[in-house]
Amino acid sequence: MDLKTMTYIVVGATFALYLGIAFWARAGSTGEFYVAGGGVHPIANGMATGADWMSAASFISMAGLIAYNGYGASLFLMGWTGGYVLLAMLLAPYLRKFGKFTVPEFIGDRFYSNGARIVAVVCLILASITYVIGQMKGVGVAFSRFLEVEYDTGLYIGMALVFFYATLGGMKGITYTQIAQYVVLIFAYTIPAIFISMNLTGNPLPQLGLGSTMADGSGMTLLAKLNLVVTELGFKEYTTQTMAGRLDMFVYTMSLMIGTAGLPHVIVRFFTVPKVKDARSSAGWALVFIAILYTTAPAVGAMARLNLMQTIQTGEIGSPEGNLSYEARPQWFKNWEKTGLLQFEDKNGDGRIQYYNDANPEMAAKAEQFGWKGNEMVKVDRDIIVLANPEIAKLPNWVIALVAAGGLAAALSTAAGLLLAISSAISHDLLKGVFMKGISEKAELRAGRISMAGAIIVAGYLGLNPPGFAAGTVAIAFGLAGASIFPALMLGIFYKRMNKEGAIAGMIAGISVTMLYVFQHKGILFIKGTEFLGDMGPNWFLGIQPNAFGAIGAVVNFAVAIMVAKMTTEPPQHIQDLVESIRTPRGAGGATH
Amino acid sequence: MQPKPAQRAYWQRNIRLTLVLLGVWFCVTFVAGYFAEGLNRLPFFDFPLGFYLFAQGSLLAYLAIIGIYVRYMNRMDRDWARESEPGQPRTRFPGPTP
Repeated sequence: MDLKTMTYIVVGATFALYLGIAFWARAGSTGEFYVAGGGVHPIANGMATGADWMSAASFISMAGLIAYNGYGASLFLMGWTGGYVLLAMLLAPYLRKFGKFTVPEFIGDRFYSNGARIVAVVCLILASITYVIGQMKGVGVAFSRFLEVEYDTGLYIGMALVFFYATLGGMKGITYTQIAQYVVLIFAYTIPAIFISMNLTGNPLPQLGLGSTMADGSGMTLLAKLNLVVTELGFKEYTTQTMAGRLDMFVYTMSLMIGTAGLPHVIVRFFTVPKVKDARSSAGWALVFIAILYTTAPAVGAMARLNLMQTIQTGEIGSPEGNLSYEARPQWFKNWEKTGLLQFEDKNGDGRIQYYNDANPEMAAKAEQFGWKGNEMVKVDRDIIVLANPEIAKLPNWVIALVAAGGLAAALSTAAGLLLAISSAISHDLLKGVFMKGISEKAELRAGRISMAGAIIVAGYLGLNPPGFAAGTVAIAFGLAGASIFPALMLGIFYKRMNKEGAIAGMIAGISVTMLYVFQHKGILFIKGTEFLGDMGPNWFLGIQPNAFGAIGAVVNFAVAIMVAKMTTEPPQHIQDLVESIRTPRGAGGATH
Repeated sequence: MQPKPAQRAYWQRNIRLTLVLLGVWFCVTFVAGYFAEGLNRLPFFDFPLGFYLFAQGSLLAYLAIIGIYVRYMNRMDRDWARESEPGQPRTRFPGPTP
């Protein structure tokens, strides 16, 4: 069967599954719509959280980032997973004990103020919208590449699908589809990795394969071999290369961690489990399921890099026959050339491909002697790594089709989670909480569905007409969430004296500082030409890049909030009692007799 | 209403545990990151140690941290539930003092 038919069958089957689940898990009450009725098993919730949080970026880009940045990519890997430690210990159990539907609801009640609630809604929507655009784009790209339809058509199909299961089932429908999506995406990710690890090292577990001896008889370990291959061509040593200055890297890692802990679509998942202890263990399960993909990624990255280098540099460096002739390039090379993501330019006209680091002066001098005229792989898009992996390893068509379904599952599940966070902020926090307090449950449920549909249309529109900044903003979404929501939640739980004035001032200060810093280097509202400080190292505050600034914003948030709280009156007694009750397992102080 | 002594004891234990585990989390992530070059000179099976920590070690450490936290807190919650039954002797959490 040809690849296209196979892809249609596999992707079609997964979609039928999602729709079937959606029909089965229709939401009948607001409780089911916002938090799946609060009855999700912690392991199931962990799996759904994994799919919710692992986006197209994790599935498609992560391994590529690692392949090209080696050790330097640790900031993403550790940043995105270390946040779960914070979630499990600092937020999830307490927010579950509080036992409401949304994150702004907690902030509004804890700081006894609709103002705080509205500020939280604004922060939530800002962070979620920047994030969801990237997901919609991922859906469109995945469809157009694998099903060979137009990008727009792909996006419409994705919107229709999310529309169906998210409006029908709300959180309940989303939770159970996310579980199915997790299964699809994890198989799609690990199966090619297992085959490739077998080929290179003879060890079927990619995690172990990464530390094994090569099966080619050289007697070297895979990492030593990779270090040798890349340094010989002038690239940085794989296991030690870094991406940025030390402080920059640390702050960046911290931003991603607190962002992960502060993103509302992740936090709200911990409202769906029955008990406080389930919220704790659920965060652990989520990390287990995420770790299956995240420990495979470094292996996929390293092996793909090695495969790619060895495919091109077939023999001794500098000998005329040492490089792959362009005529003899493999089929996957041709396929990806068509997409423009892989580009070759025969600079020295010898009909062979030279791939080396021409920015390294030592290597450039050596290359000159070989008659090389610069790096001829003008473009190697890092997103190719995961998508082309099964083709590079010559795996059967059904595996390639599965990877397509996996990429779609990753993008759809995250998009649905974010859209629910946005729509519940509108229907539950703004309508029910502030503007139409007397609204009946039935009407609120309808409002929830309508705002979900609205959010999908806005996200779809932005996916069709992405503002220029879409690609680089996932990290900024994390920064915004980390600078505004995370500190407010932390202070609400751990600092009893924190009052509404402090919390509101802190959130506004945190998110403003972060946004201003991003704007001054990347343009006001990302419009080119309006940046008043260049987007370059020397202009950065202490050398910290704009994407990494969320952690600094969080520090500002904490400082401002605590100072303002000290200068204003302390919160009323019933709020201090509320904090006590959040901190105590089971019923409030009553449990102590 | 001031928190009862038992509540305070529960909370202090919780905070102490959280701080210790956050300390481990910080070491694994940032201290190990700071000394990565030195750690890379040490072998861990066939990996350089610094690189291993990044590729798999830190994740396993995070899992262990959450695992310990969950176990310890669940045990503490169980004791809490038992001891807050009327008429039960208090052992882990001090009762109301006169």
